Amino acid sequence: MAKKKTFESALKELEEIVRQMESGDLCLEDAVKKYESGMKQSKYCLDLLDKTEKKIAMLTKDRDGNIKKQPFKDE
Amino acid sequence: MIMAEKNTGHIYTVSKLTRKIKSLLEEAFPFIWVTGEISNYAVPGSGHSYFTLKDPQAAISAVMFKNQKRNLKFEPENGMNIMGLARLSLYEPRGSYQIIFEHLEPEGAGSMQVAFEQLKKKLSDKGLFDEKYKKPIPFLPSQISIITSGTGAAVRDIINVAQRRFSNCPLDIIPVNVQGNGSENEICDAITLVNQYQESDLIILARGGGSLEDLAAFNSEIVATAIFDSHIPIITGVGHETDYTIADFVADLRAPTPSAAAELALPDKKNLVQRIFDLQKNLNTSLNRKIVLLNQTVLYLISRLKSPETIVYDFRFRLEDDEARLTNMMTHYMQLMRINHLRLDAKLQALNPKAILKRGYSIARFVSDKKVITDSGDVKKKDQIEVILFKGRLITRVEKTNG
Repeated sequence: MAKKKTFESALKELEEIVRQMESGDLCLEDAVKKYESGMKQSKYCLDLLDKTEKKIAMLTKDRDGNIKKQPFKDE
Repeated sequence: MIMAEKNTGHIYTVSKLTRKIKSLLEEAFPFIWVTGEISNYAVPGSGHSYFTLKDPQAAISAVMFKNQKRNLKFEPENGMNIMGLARLSLYEPRGSYQIIFEHLEPEGAGSMQVAFEQLKKKLSDKGLFDEKYKKPIPFLPSQISIITSGTGAAVRDIINVAQRRFSNCPLDIIPVNVQGNGSENEICDAITLVNQYQESDLIILARGGGSLEDLAAFNSEIVATAIFDSHIPIITGVGHETDYTIADFVADLRAPTPSAAAELALPDKKNLVQRIFDLQKNLNTSLNRKIVLLNQTVLYLISRLKSPETIVYDFRFRLEDDEARLTNMMTHYMQLMRINHLRLDAKLQALNPKAILKRGYSIARFVSDKKVITDSGDVKKKDQIEVILFKGRLITRVEKTNG
């Protein structure tokens, strides 16, 4: 699996940015930069929440030990 | 009866009597089930176990030989209530009797319970439950593998909770038999499979509640080891709330039920979205506040900033002011000078000899040498004297001098 930024770290980053912005001692340029980066993080988080595709699969091994994936049917 | 024996000459030796008692006892109690509490438990070098089995009223010596002990699922301990199959035996040299156990099992708790406690202690001592080995549970798993029965209520509970909390997280279900022969191996294989497959970053190992016997697979050492060896973090949700299994102790996180395992595995999406929206709102608010504040600062500074016109005007005003003050000073000074002059002039006037002459005084001097006369003694009769008046002069001749 490629090492992506996790949802949690993006969320933490976003919270830290908000905290810094609220502390109020940033210069305007920095505040705008932080704002943009904060909006980017929040978009990333929201995308991540929606991106994953809903699916429920069943993972089994057949007699030869091959892994078989098929949709899970709940009777 | 005793008398009769003596009369008939039947006198037992100690050995004979003992042997008689021994055969009576051993025949009467070939194999019996006995229950009681273990005390004075000792295992000397021989490896056999010697102890006293007692109840509130009585005690009996007991032994269990090394060979029989091999089949025990637990280690007997002092204070333990046991039930066992034993035969009675009498040791002739000491005339003492004891029971020899063929089989022992704990009473009350049951051997499974004792085996559970003993395995728990063993694994705990090996460090399998140590906090330092617990892997962190991902905050938002990208996919969850669920190892459980493919048909029970547990899998449906987990799917329902997962749908409710985070409907679009992919779930992989690895169906296994959760009880019965071979279920331990199936669970271990499933854990290995998920670790090989590497698609999920979280495993839920679950089954519904059951008796201790039903949960046996989750109390087995091989499942415990498989959980410990898994590189992917595992949440267990086994049984009902009060059931603790060995698997629960080894797992990275223990949930009381399968549903709870799903709750712990997945964050609530609605909450997360709300939290992000709140943070966005905070971002907007704080940037807007910053801009409004800066705007006010700029306006205030603009209001304090002077136009060049104002500066020139200010200088002009100051200049005029200085000028006026200068003129005033000068006028004042002139007046002062004038007053001084008048005063000096008056003084001068007063000192002027002419002014004295004007008041009627006159100056007399010799015509000859113009020397002013101040003493009549210096003058002789007939001397010519010039008298200077305020206006004009008189040339006179002295008639008489008075001393």
